Amino acid sequence: MKTNFKKILILGSGALKIGEAGEFDYSGSQAVKALKEEKIKVILVNPNIATFQTSKTLADEVYFLPIDSYFVEKIIAKERPDGIMLSFGGQTALNCGLELYEKGILKKYNVKVLGSPISSIMLTEDREKFAKHLRNINIPVPPSGSATNLKEAKTAAEKIGFPLMVRAAFALGGQKSGVANNQRELEKIVTGALAVSPQVLIEKYLHHFKEIEYEVVRDKFGNTVTVCNMENLDPLGIHTGDSIVIAPSQTLNNEEYHRLREASIKIVQSLKIVGECNVQFALNPHPNPLPKGEGAPSPSGKVRDGVLDYFVIEVNARLSRSSALASKATGYPLAYVAAKLALGKSLLQTENKITKVTQSFFEPALDYVVVKMPRWDLAKFVGAFEHIGSAMKSVGEVMAIGRSFEEALEKAVRMQSGLTESVTDNGFKDSREIKMYLNIPTPRRIFAITESIKKGVSVGEIHKITGIDLWFLHRIQNIVNIERRFLKNKTLSRENLLNLKQTGFSDKKIGSLCGKTELKIRRLRKDLGVEPFVFAIDTLAGEVPAKTNYLYLTYHGAHHDVTPLGKNAIVVLGSGPYHIGSSVEFDWSCVHASLALRRHGKQSVIINCNPETVSTDYDMSDRLYFEDLSFETVADIFEFEKAFGLVISVGGQRPNNLAKKLSEAGFHILGTKASDIDRAEDRNEFSALLDKLDILQPKWQSFTSTKEALKFAQREGFPVLVRPSYVLSGSAMRVCYNREQLFDFISKAAVLSPKHPVTISKYIENAKELEFDAVAQKGELMIYGISEHVENAGVHSGDATIVYPTQRVYASTEFQLREISKKIARELSITGPFNIQFLVKDNIPYVIEVNLRASRTFPFLSKAMDVNFPEIAVDSFLGKAKTHNFIYPKSVLVKSPQFSFSRLLGADPVLRVEMSSTGEAACFGRDYDEALLKSILSTNKFDFKNKNVLLSLGGEINKAKFLETAGLLFSLGYTIFATDTTGEFLKKQNVKCTTVRKAYQQSPNALDIIEGKKVAFVVNLSKTETAAGNGKGKIGHIITDGFHIRRAAVDSQIPLFTDLHLARAFIKALARYGVKDLEIKSYKVYLN
Amino acid sequence: MKSKTAKLILKDGSQYIGESFGAEKSVAGEVVFATGMVGYPEALTDPSFKGQILVLTYPLVGNYGVPKKEFWESSKIQVSGLVVCNYIDTPSHHAMQTTLGKWLKKEGIPALQIKDTRALTQKLRNEGVSLGKLIAGRNNVAFKNPNLRNLVAEVSTKEIYEIYPHLVFGSHPKHAPYIRGRRKEGVQTIVLVDCGLKYNIIRRLVARKFRVMVVPWDTDVTKLDFPFSAVVLSNGPGDPQKAKITIANVKKIIAKKIPILGICLGNQILTLAQGGTTYKLKFGHRSQNQPVVERRTKNKIQKCYLTTQNHGFAVNKIPNGFKEWFYNANDGTNEGIIHESLPIMSVQFHPESSPGPLDTDWVFDFFLKKAGIHLTPPSAPLSLPRRGEGGEVEYL
Repeated sequence: MKTNFKKILILGSGALKIGEAGEFDYSGSQAVKALKEEKIKVILVNPNIATFQTSKTLADEVYFLPIDSYFVEKIIAKERPDGIMLSFGGQTALNCGLELYEKGILKKYNVKVLGSPISSIMLTEDREKFAKHLRNINIPVPPSGSATNLKEAKTAAEKIGFPLMVRAAFALGGQKSGVANNQRELEKIVTGALAVSPQVLIEKYLHHFKEIEYEVVRDKFGNTVTVCNMENLDPLGIHTGDSIVIAPSQTLNNEEYHRLREASIKIVQSLKIVGECNVQFALNPHPNPLPKGEGAPSPSGKVRDGVLDYFVIEVNARLSRSSALASKATGYPLAYVAAKLALGKSLLQTENKITKVTQSFFEPALDYVVVKMPRWDLAKFVGAFEHIGSAMKSVGEVMAIGRSFEEALEKAVRMQSGLTESVTDNGFKDSREIKMYLNIPTPRRIFAITESIKKGVSVGEIHKITGIDLWFLHRIQNIVNIERRFLKNKTLSRENLLNLKQTGFSDKKIGSLCGKTELKIRRLRKDLGVEPFVFAIDTLAGEVPAKTNYLYLTYHGAHHDVTPLGKNAIVVLGSGPYHIGSSVEFDWSCVHASLALRRHGKQSVIINCNPETVSTDYDMSDRLYFEDLSFETVADIFEFEKAFGLVISVGGQRPNNLAKKLSEAGFHILGTKASDIDRAEDRNEFSALLDKLDILQPKWQSFTSTKEALKFAQREGFPVLVRPSYVLSGSAMRVCYNREQLFDFISKAAVLSPKHPVTISKYIENAKELEFDAVAQKGELMIYGISEHVENAGVHSGDATIVYPTQRVYASTEFQLREISKKIARELSITGPFNIQFLVKDNIPYVIEVNLRASRTFPFLSKAMDVNFPEIAVDSFLGKAKTHNFIYPKSVLVKSPQFSFSRLLGADPVLRVEMSSTGEAACFGRDYDEALLKSILSTNKFDFKNKNVLLSLGGEINKAKFLETAGLLFSLGYTIFATDTTGEFLKKQNVKCTTVRKAYQQSPNALDIIEGKKVAFVVNLSKTETAAGNGKGKIGHIITDGFHIRRAAVDSQIPLFTDLHLARAFIKALARYGVKDLEIKSYKVYLN
Repeated sequence: MKSKTAKLILKDGSQYIGESFGAEKSVAGEVVFATGMVGYPEALTDPSFKGQILVLTYPLVGNYGVPKKEFWESSKIQVSGLVVCNYIDTPSHHAMQTTLGKWLKKEGIPALQIKDTRALTQKLRNEGVSLGKLIAGRNNVAFKNPNLRNLVAEVSTKEIYEIYPHLVFGSHPKHAPYIRGRRKEGVQTIVLVDCGLKYNIIRRLVARKFRVMVVPWDTDVTKLDFPFSAVVLSNGPGDPQKAKITIANVKKIIAKKIPILGICLGNQILTLAQGGTTYKLKFGHRSQNQPVVERRTKNKIQKCYLTTQNHGFAVNKIPNGFKEWFYNANDGTNEGIIHESLPIMSVQFHPESSPGPLDTDWVFDFFLKKAGIHLTPPSAPLSLPRRGEGGEVEYL
């Protein structure tokens, strides 16, 4: 059937944030591909520069602009699309689309919403109306009420009765929601929720109900299938994004499985969804018999079984994190199919891309199980609470596939951190700690459960505490039992080894249990013929011979589904789960490397375990192993495939870390030799290398005693940057401004011993930081790009605002950078991608870090320079790279970090030496100011009309340095509110302002101004020496007035600037450009 | 390892060794595979599996134990043997009465855990279903082809029994447990010919407030001495050609223009009774995710449903006077036929589900409506009472 649409606009999801991660790159990319197949012109709006979907080769036009109704309207006016797709860019796209609709913009430009009807989407977004709708079609919803103020909330609470679940309407990933057991908790949660949303929904809290999800697909003719169901290991109350999830459900019988399936189809039919929809249920694991008078009474008074007691708890009428997971778990390309259906096609007309012999109207049958485990990084945030609940906190996830729950769970545990070998491994101090972690849900709960079982706590008891179904607990107990049995009898017989491997134990773990090395176990295992088998995911459990390249390893088998590819194959290692510091940008490099290999006639084999990625899509490689990135697994796959070589330098630090081990084991690593990688990574060796080459670096030394460390610091002068090799808790890096802080940090937060030295380097203040990204071939530079940090050195490069081309750098500095990099490339005989971070002070560059791998800035630079760095890297691996000449760009590209502090209760939103951003966005502009402004608008909600600002400038230096900018603000017509000393200072300097009380003082104070959304943005500069985590004499976190201000800004979604340089640059840009002056130009226009 | 080893031997000599977790007994039968991810108690008690050794492709079996008899599809386990990847002996479910292993032992059915069920499935898929034997006892047994027997006669009821619209959940004295109620005046009667029926067919009819008279496979329905409104021809095991008497009887029913609905084997028998033909599929359809498409003449947009299927034979030539009602979206095989004018129709899939998706329950309503049988209420709850849910059925 032909479609009438000629040009379609797709909205992306913008920068990655908690609750909206890389999964929308996958869904958007599939949608673009699905439309391109139909020869439709595709316009994409997404400022997320590191996404695959924004590649030049995918959509016809890409706009790196904020996903905001103002900008999207301008794009619509310019492009005049006839259709728009809102369900491929998460809640961000959906919210923007709804706004466009409500403002009449879609109607004005005659743009049709494709996919599910907008009225249905609006219905699902209004919790109260939607609950009513469900009741009308006889689908049970938890007793609930809604409120727009605290008083209403209290009335509703009284009617329903505690415990209650309180949620904010229209909010991402359960933001600001929680369980209230009493009035006090209710007040607290409602107040928080009303700050981010005009409406709160209060409903009965279903204690220890099971949480089950269905992913439903419907075409416009009403044909409907549920692609997958999933069961949360954690009961209701923990956000599904923070739950361990298993697919398909394990503890549901036929009746429950299909009745919930039927209910989800009924809901989807009632909403006339076209495309994808996700339905979440709460299911009572211990249903009561029917109360008298309901249904048919039982004269015998006998208890009737089989009563299904469930409620619908959430419906998402769009692609979601869960649908990405379902797609990867089953092999059913949900987003691709959803896009086809949105065009009006039927499920029968859409080919099953996996089997290629069947169509899309079917429900995958799995012959394996999938375990998803979230990845948290809570320790990276100063002050963040560890507790997990109804608001999502995880930053990424892994998916493990196995033919037993044990096999999949153990894989997932290893994938998740890359450090923990088994669910039986954990670092609990004492039984008190175990008990605490068993009782309170945190990222460590699964380990506390295992440890408790080890310690003899019954599974029944654990079930009572956690609500986790006994089925899962029995399986974990099985892992514990098998480990225990092996500890009693450490015979490494074939039978024992096979049993351990089938239970999911790694070679390393088995080795550690019996005092042998991983390699020893590996050798033994191979000698005994205990090797994993390669199985395919074919969507039909083997019923149809599928042409699938989607693979996993299992020990529950006796055959391989595929034959080795042999010497033409090259294995590309992916990045693993998204986490702070490793995000979609590495997946981008990975995908482009894989595609480039194909262009060279090679067969690419991707290994990755992150379901939120494009690299794990069915058409990005010749073979995909959804597997762990451990040495054992990579070696198993490599040996099976008998491949030519390995690419470890495009997936970030995780695969890079395997260099030494893989190379020692004799595997061929493409590009820079492992020994050279090691030379760059070993601090001492690298330092010696720089000295030899006459390259400057900040002075540093390693210490094993506090006394020496203090001596060094005093000799070189404070501040110093302290990096322990072993951290007890909190941050791994700290700037110390005085003796006291240094002493305090190394004595309390770190371990200092001959085994765990602490590295201390001179911290150069007020220096610039520059990024040098390049690809070399046999030590010769093939291409490079230099980008500049807007903030001074001291802000982690992942949290920095970065601009290309450089704006405030001397040509002579750039020249020096290039010469230094050439020397290093030559010395290390670099072949492939690398990145050098420079610190520049007084036109003297110092090298602070070298990474012989693709960096975070690769996609940014590739897009800015219109060259593909990973492709050139692949050329270099094969000895075919050519030297690229530097062409000065016609436009400026600025990248801004995206923070997710609002999701992390208690976290201090301040920039530090350690990274805390979760994503990034970048925009082009005619100049630096314009690009910066657009980029900041992409990661913040900024109201141009609001001409009020709050300034809180800590320390004399900050005040003095900001003075001119404050004057500028005033001249721009801003009313300046200032905290006490800032106010005094400004008044003294004749800048008119209103002084507000401190946060802890009586109302109205600084907090009221923020929470009342009275100001457009907040500038809060801390005195450097007391910046977060550097509290005088205190380790950890101290609650300061500044913290309250920052937190309030973040919680009220008001743009916050904590860096002097960025704040100044932003206000300068604001002075030059109003929102109407910002150009609406597509990527291609900026390049030509 | 504590558990005993046992093995599955296929006709071509290939062996699959694993751990025994059922009865210590050796059996022979036809080895078939099913890909459903839930519903093993329903599948194991489905009489259509009579004489077969069932391989389940879902790797974890036994997760939720076994419920009480009221939830089975017949009074006992019907498969000859069971083969799984991993057996779970620590089930967890509120409706559980016993574990799968204990149940199998009690019912005397051998079962085997072999890890690589996928290789076995692929073999059956590529080479077609095979005869096999499961050696879990001391003795060996000979291969035997169950399709040579009249399996229908083996599984059918020997006498007529009646079931009334449900008021009480209880046990039938002779035939295990399903919904049975008090005698009530004024209800219409449906005759259900038992060729190996699944209890859920009864449940679905009784739920619509019909009195159901279950009659043996070889009953001449036209000679019954009580009034009835329609006939349902049940599912059942084996080769339809073996049910010669039923085929002849169905011919008589149709000659009298009595409304008839065939299910699964019923589809094949109806076809044969009207001059159509059937054949054996290479590896059959045994799963809960079979897509069927309804052929519609009026508009071109096809409606599809997901169905449960369990059959090794299929309709080849559609008899004169009939047209194809449904076809399989994957392989195009026939999934149902319908008479051009009379209320005579049959489906190859299981509209009663159990196990499997509940998408095609409307087929019963469609048939009854065509047969001019008034429905009050138009539809009823599915297999079990449901809280707060009406059972709307979309009429076509």
